[in-house]
Amino acid sequence: MLRIDCPFCGLRDETEFTYGGDASRTRPPLDETRAEVWNDYVYQRPNPKGLHSEYWFHQHGCRSWLKITRDMVSHEITAVAYAKDTGE
Amino acid sequence: MSTDRQKLRIGGGLVDRGKPVTFRFDGRVLKGFAGDTLASALLANGRHLVGRSFKYHRPRGIFAAGVEEPNALVELGAEDRLTPNVQATAQELYEGLQAKSQNRWPSLRFDLMAVNNLFSRFLTAGFYYKTFMWPAGAWEFYEKFIRRAAGMGKGTHLPDPDTYEHVHDHADIAVVGSGPAGLSAALTAAEAGKDVLLIEQDFELGGTLLYEAGEIAGQANADWRRQTIARINGEPKIRVLTRTTAFGYYENNILGCVERVQDHVLTPDPHVPRQRLRHVRAEKVILATGAFERPFVFGNNDLPGILLSSAAEAYVNRYAVLPGEKMVLYTNQESGYRVAASLLERGIRLAAIIDARSPVPTRHHHFAREAGIPLYPAHEVAEAKGGLHLKGLVIRKIGDGLEPRDIRLDCDTLIQSAGWAPVLHLQSQRGIKPVYHAALDSYLPGKCADGQHACAGAAAGYPTSEDAAVHGHKVARYLIGAAKTAPRLYAPKDAPPPSPAPVPLTRAKCFVDLQHDVTRSDIEQGVREGFRSPEHIKRYTTQGMAADQGKTGNINTLKILSQVQDKEQSGVGTTTFRPPYTPLTIGAVAGRSIAGELRPTRLSPFHDCHVRAGAEFITAGDWLRPWYYPGPGEDVTAAYIREAGEVRSGVGMVDVSTLGKIDIQGPDAAEFLNRVYVNGWKTLPVGKARYGLMLRDDGMVMDDGTTWRLGEHHYFMTTTTTGAGAVMRHLEYLLQIDWPELKVHLTSVSDEWGGVAIAGPRSRAVLGSSFPGVDVSTEAIPHMGVLEFDHEGLPVRICRLSFSGELAFEVYTRAGFAGNLWDLLTEGGKPHDLRLYGSEALGALRIEKGHVAGPELDGRTTADDLGLGGMQSTKKAYVGSVLKNREGLIRNDRRQLAGLKPVEGDTPLKAGMLLFEGDGITPKGHGIGHVTSVTYSPELKRHIALALLAEGRERVGTLIRAVDNGGATVIDVKVCSPHFIDPEGERLHA
Repeated sequence: MLRIDCPFCGLRDETEFTYGGDASRTRPPLDETRAEVWNDYVYQRPNPKGLHSEYWFHQHGCRSWLKITRDMVSHEITAVAYAKDTGE
Repeated sequence: MSTDRQKLRIGGGLVDRGKPVTFRFDGRVLKGFAGDTLASALLANGRHLVGRSFKYHRPRGIFAAGVEEPNALVELGAEDRLTPNVQATAQELYEGLQAKSQNRWPSLRFDLMAVNNLFSRFLTAGFYYKTFMWPAGAWEFYEKFIRRAAGMGKGTHLPDPDTYEHVHDHADIAVVGSGPAGLSAALTAAEAGKDVLLIEQDFELGGTLLYEAGEIAGQANADWRRQTIARINGEPKIRVLTRTTAFGYYENNILGCVERVQDHVLTPDPHVPRQRLRHVRAEKVILATGAFERPFVFGNNDLPGILLSSAAEAYVNRYAVLPGEKMVLYTNQESGYRVAASLLERGIRLAAIIDARSPVPTRHHHFAREAGIPLYPAHEVAEAKGGLHLKGLVIRKIGDGLEPRDIRLDCDTLIQSAGWAPVLHLQSQRGIKPVYHAALDSYLPGKCADGQHACAGAAAGYPTSEDAAVHGHKVARYLIGAAKTAPRLYAPKDAPPPSPAPVPLTRAKCFVDLQHDVTRSDIEQGVREGFRSPEHIKRYTTQGMAADQGKTGNINTLKILSQVQDKEQSGVGTTTFRPPYTPLTIGAVAGRSIAGELRPTRLSPFHDCHVRAGAEFITAGDWLRPWYYPGPGEDVTAAYIREAGEVRSGVGMVDVSTLGKIDIQGPDAAEFLNRVYVNGWKTLPVGKARYGLMLRDDGMVMDDGTTWRLGEHHYFMTTTTTGAGAVMRHLEYLLQIDWPELKVHLTSVSDEWGGVAIAGPRSRAVLGSSFPGVDVSTEAIPHMGVLEFDHEGLPVRICRLSFSGELAFEVYTRAGFAGNLWDLLTEGGKPHDLRLYGSEALGALRIEKGHVAGPELDGRTTADDLGLGGMQSTKKAYVGSVLKNREGLIRNDRRQLAGLKPVEGDTPLKAGMLLFEGDGITPKGHGIGHVTSVTYSPELKRHIALALLAEGRERVGTLIRAVDNGGATVIDVKVCSPHFIDPEGERLHA
């Protein structure tokens, strides 16, 4: 089982969280009308053997979306941050 | 028949002679002592034969003295406490224990199924795949016969009378195993101030120290063990768990452990669980799991009377049992002689020593000569002889170039030691591959890159108890940070010559996996048929796939693969171990999550009101909802038809509290709603509500519901019952990740508000009587109008909206006031004959009206499929607005929402029925659609259904067929509009 160090709640079990998928993608602007761009956003995912950036939702905790860096081989989590903070 | 005579019991040992224990095996009453295992007590009574083998029904005896035992599996207990496949070698003996041998009929000594042995040439590797899997479907026919002939013990179908629980433990250092390495590691860590959890699967601490002869720091093993345990007991930082197996090792240093709390008593205390599943979270983990002894592979090596030499030492020194009268040792390395010396010290002289090495070191020649034991250097055991028990051996000189000459040795017991295999199961579960070390001719732990755990003692290759104790100490110092570098794995200074593992020429079966009856020739055949990797060989031959996971067989398989493929051992590869290390009861895994406790049960805030009103309940997801309110003599069908009719003709009340509810506030709330719903929200005035439809990014419908505007920047959203969690998560995702610039806050208030719907022509009158002084006229509360007021301290939110198609109002209050609201409405409803209706009538009403719900919102439907395409705004962008126009989602032949009426109105339809053209051709394939929701319509007095049907809207008026039971049931149905009643919505606006 993964243990995730939530920046608000502390170290918690994976069972409190819901996986939210790849965090390296960026939502196209609302007025983007090209289907190919939305297709890439919705369906195209990297599957790296190594570090992976991903979202987790602390469903049974603070209900924050977290951005996590996890090693896809060892499952080691090297970074956890509040998703809303990134890029600001 | 009873006997007190334990004819093979000897002096000494750790059994408690002051506590004799009576038990039964196959109906026979036998005696043992406290401190025995079932296996040691059986041996003390001269019982070697304990079972028949899995495939060939060959007689099998006790082979080991611990959890590596492949043969001695028994059925333990009786009736509802019957447990199959219990290892006699790991089962603690207790007063009144009952056990039965398995897989034999009619009796253990005379087993008719042993005829399989004669047909064994057909039962080789891949036999099942080749024979029974063709033609297609044949397996279903053969399977039940095969399962009966081959197999393990039988379980019980009775409910488990015992309870189980889950416990969470935390420790700085968790130590798995309490042999010399584990004990010294635990002490070292605790003395440095760490909280230590010491986990031992046995009922005694000590591991090999319980029986192995040797010295640690000048003290005999047994004395060192006693003193160390005394120190551990006096150390408050150490918590000791015995009878506890660490069966799984997971990420983040979590150990899955099962504590057998009451598996050693006949009548469990009902207030204490039988077993505890312990989730151990540790900062660091020390795997002091020891090593298994390796057996040789030779002809008939499965006969009762053949066992591991370490097991023989354990039976003699720990359990005070003589495994046999005339014992021969077969070995190829040092530790065999250590056992010989240990036995000699107890006055047990081996009848012979067979050593496969050439030359045998001089000191062993000296030992044998002084002990008076005949030594056969450079000899191999070709074959064992005997029927139900070992009677003798055929041995041969190895590789002297001469024609091999058979030598016959009489004996009743063979103890064997072909080397050691560190127990690396737990580390392997973490995905770390064992590494082959040629100097030791064995697999040692792989590297732990993150410094979170380490293997210690025999698990790291150390051969003696003193080496292991020192290594355990060093590993503990390293993991607590007192030493910088990781202690090394064992690497002998003078590497001993590789231990030969002879391959004797024999026509007898040479077993590799005793539990699954896999032989050397099965492995060789697998290689001949093209299987190379150990993972493929494992699956093809089933070697290592039995309940023991090949604890004694795997390493021999890897050696055979190296020999047969003529490959370096290090290049052969290994298989991966997976949890559990030893078998686990389903009860322990389930813990308390059984029956009604499987999931949380959510109750509406009106629950007590429903109970008082005599409701029958139904489980819907996590919720317990009122299903119907039976009148005298009514079943669910009679009740829902009556209830639905009462709503249409009068007025009814239903609980809608299970809907998801989200409070939305902020200056950008309208903009946010405009982006997540397909329809427009910017024009919705305060005091009005709107039906909204949400898509996913891929263009499919996600959820629907109404959202009420309570204030300038304040909205109240309802979602479907099942969609509540996913919608909340989705909206938070958008706000936190994609549109952080929007000033909007969401709060889930599903549990904070409770509500009912009042539906029917007289619903307005009910509100008027219930809230005197509040204007509920059409002017005050038009269709989709919202009223918020305080009625004598009761907070009330009302919206005029309808799920049934009748004039209706949803009335909400704070959950804590639910009972008051209920009383107020039932009292106010009395003059208007307000009736109650449950979820079944609610469903009937919405199907009549053609409203979509869960069965239609199945994640594969677009808004247009559901006839809601017109809601989608073309003037704005919203979630899913681009991808909803993909080619495949706008095709004309998509399945669309349609209504169905069976031609014979009294014929019920079933949800899930497939739909086919009405052309009379035999229905085949997936058809042109399926039935989603069915009901009897009290209004139309006939059965009706909703369906998703290809080109459904164009088919209105045509005849098609609904098919069930693989074509056996065919019903002619007419396609119609899904809006069965009041398609213009006149009632709604009454």
